[in-house]
Amino acid sequence: MDLAEYRSAARAWLAENLPASDPKTFMAALHDAGYSGITWPAEWGGQGLTQAEERAFAAVARDFSLPTYVFSIGLGMCGPTLLDRGTPAQKERYVRRLLRGEEIWCQLFSEPGAGSDVAGLQAKAERVEGGWLVNGQKVWTSVAQHADLGLLLTRTNVDVPKHKGLTMFVVDMHAPGVTVRPLRDMTGRSNFNEIFFDDVHIPDENRIGDVDDGWSVAVTTLLHERLSISSGVGMSGQRDDPSSFEALSASVDTGDPVVRDQLVELYVRSRALALFNQRLAQETKAGIFPGARGSAAKLLLAELTSFGADLGVSLAGPEAVADGHPLGAALALAPALSLGGGTNEIMRNIIGDRVLNLPPEPRVDKNVPFKDLKVNS
Amino acid sequence: MNLLLTGEQRELRAAVRSFLTTVNPRDGYAPSGYERLNGELGLGGLIVPEEYGGSGAGHRDLAVVLEETGAALLPGPFLATVFAAIVLGELGAKEQLAAIAAGTPATVGPLWGGGVTESGGALTGEALFVNGAEAELVLVRTPQGVFACRGTASPVETLDITRSQARIRFDGEPALALGELPARASDLIAVALAAEQLGVLRAALAAIVEYAKVRVAFGRQIGSYQGVKHKLADLHCALEQAESIVRYAAWTADEDPEELPKAAALAQAYVGRACFQAAKESLLLHGGIGFTWEHDAHLYYKRAKSDEVLLGPPRIHRAKLADLLEL
Repeated sequence: MDLAEYRSAARAWLAENLPASDPKTFMAALHDAGYSGITWPAEWGGQGLTQAEERAFAAVARDFSLPTYVFSIGLGMCGPTLLDRGTPAQKERYVRRLLRGEEIWCQLFSEPGAGSDVAGLQAKAERVEGGWLVNGQKVWTSVAQHADLGLLLTRTNVDVPKHKGLTMFVVDMHAPGVTVRPLRDMTGRSNFNEIFFDDVHIPDENRIGDVDDGWSVAVTTLLHERLSISSGVGMSGQRDDPSSFEALSASVDTGDPVVRDQLVELYVRSRALALFNQRLAQETKAGIFPGARGSAAKLLLAELTSFGADLGVSLAGPEAVADGHPLGAALALAPALSLGGGTNEIMRNIIGDRVLNLPPEPRVDKNVPFKDLKVNS
Repeated sequence: MNLLLTGEQRELRAAVRSFLTTVNPRDGYAPSGYERLNGELGLGGLIVPEEYGGSGAGHRDLAVVLEETGAALLPGPFLATVFAAIVLGELGAKEQLAAIAAGTPATVGPLWGGGVTESGGALTGEALFVNGAEAELVLVRTPQGVFACRGTASPVETLDITRSQARIRFDGEPALALGELPARASDLIAVALAAEQLGVLRAALAAIVEYAKVRVAFGRQIGSYQGVKHKLADLHCALEQAESIVRYAAWTADEDPEELPKAAALAQAYVGRACFQAAKESLLLHGGIGFTWEHDAHLYYKRAKSDEVLLGPPRIHRAKLADLLEL
């Protein structure tokens, strides 16, 4: 099937199956139709196709509203991490169900005392008979209130420097001792949660990677996170975004030359990022992995989102901050992109250190055993 | 749409880069170097069709070359000749295209504003021409169309010492009419200039990145300070976007004539400013040494600003974009 046929088949399928009765039913049907895990290996329930099909499907899907938000953490981060680092038994157990929406995933890295410096986390896993016992707290966890499983990063060794004493697990979010409490964010909604672990037992077969090698697994996850945030965004109309160039130029009076020039600025920035994302996608297809350069795309997206929302509210005037106006809501949501998935400052550090190869900042925490390190209490 | 370089384009880039390693931007125009550029690499006639003795290359190839000549701050009439070749190509002026392919340095002007008019087959007036004193073929834009004409060139002192300009005066010299300037020629010139600006941006950033790895202050390399590192990270982001835009604009020049006007205006609106920003930050982060005559930082700074206004005040590109977007 060539890409044009692939696209039209996908469009026909989406038109027929949307709107859906509920997300899980939709996800299973999406998998049956061959549109879930398009580039993932067929062996584990994927379609074994290429980026070309994935992009073609994503382009078509932008014209629809897919109820797939609760699966986004699993599809964007946990699944790719399992494929990279899981054992065959783990892939067999988790990946197909993830792709079919049978199990919802969340990612449990950040803690109240460890945000940008996530390797400073303190939730501890101790060896016990048949596995591990986990105690601690996680925070900023999207979709945890719906999740069946979580990718959990814990401290297993305090006698070594902080990056060397972490271990990754899959945790059953329904296990005894797991408490999920929604947090209200600045949009007024509860998009994320805090999670408490009190003597939660995890079998050793749920461990991803070696004991004390969890940081390298986490790096894999974070790389996928940045790529999934930045990829495919800004490529076309963005019809749902009220602060996009398309939406704003249709909704504000462009008689004023100052307004026109501000809209031109938004257009220029949007196109610049869209073309950069397109170039990254073409490089990926050609076998050049973007790696840390994905952090540039993520940083630029955060800045563009903030710029667009700010401009949109300013152009629309007082109405934009009344009656739950979409532009006011966009302004309230905008900081999420600058904070989630690594702050703008962390992105700049990554670009400086790993893309430009600038000398790292001297660190006081790199060679000190974790137990001797100053941490947040 | 393809935003990646082909294997052949990467080879072209390597060849041009290696040729340009001996260039010192302060040496000014060296006719012998320019002859080698034309002879060994055939760059003068790069986009001239093969039937007139050129290489018949596309604008994507041209962009690859201009990025390198920009990064090297190549002095001499290469860019001016490229602009002239673009105009002649759009006008289909065979004889003049053949002359360029044979190595004749050329220019076209004025690139902004007027100053020269035609009457009865002769030109009168005065205008600025890039490399006007070195060009043997001078194309003149007038309200009556484009003409080939030799006036009296007086070199001017330029802010950018790596690119000379001359005021050319016409006192009724007979002129050869070549036709009305097609709008497409202006767009192609804007794309070509953006490619040079991409090279200037890349080189200015590379210079300060390397310096930040070796210069020490307060006991450590300055590149380890976030105050420096984060600025360089932002400039890297600008470079990634600028490169993406230039590849896209050059692709439209070859493959998508309908999108070219918008892409050309986008390229000038984004890359021109990003280039000056990078050159400015590069100079400033060098510290006091960057303000000295002997250091090259000011050459990039001055080239970047001169390029940004070469085709007119930068607002014209944004105004054109507003029109094309029907705002």
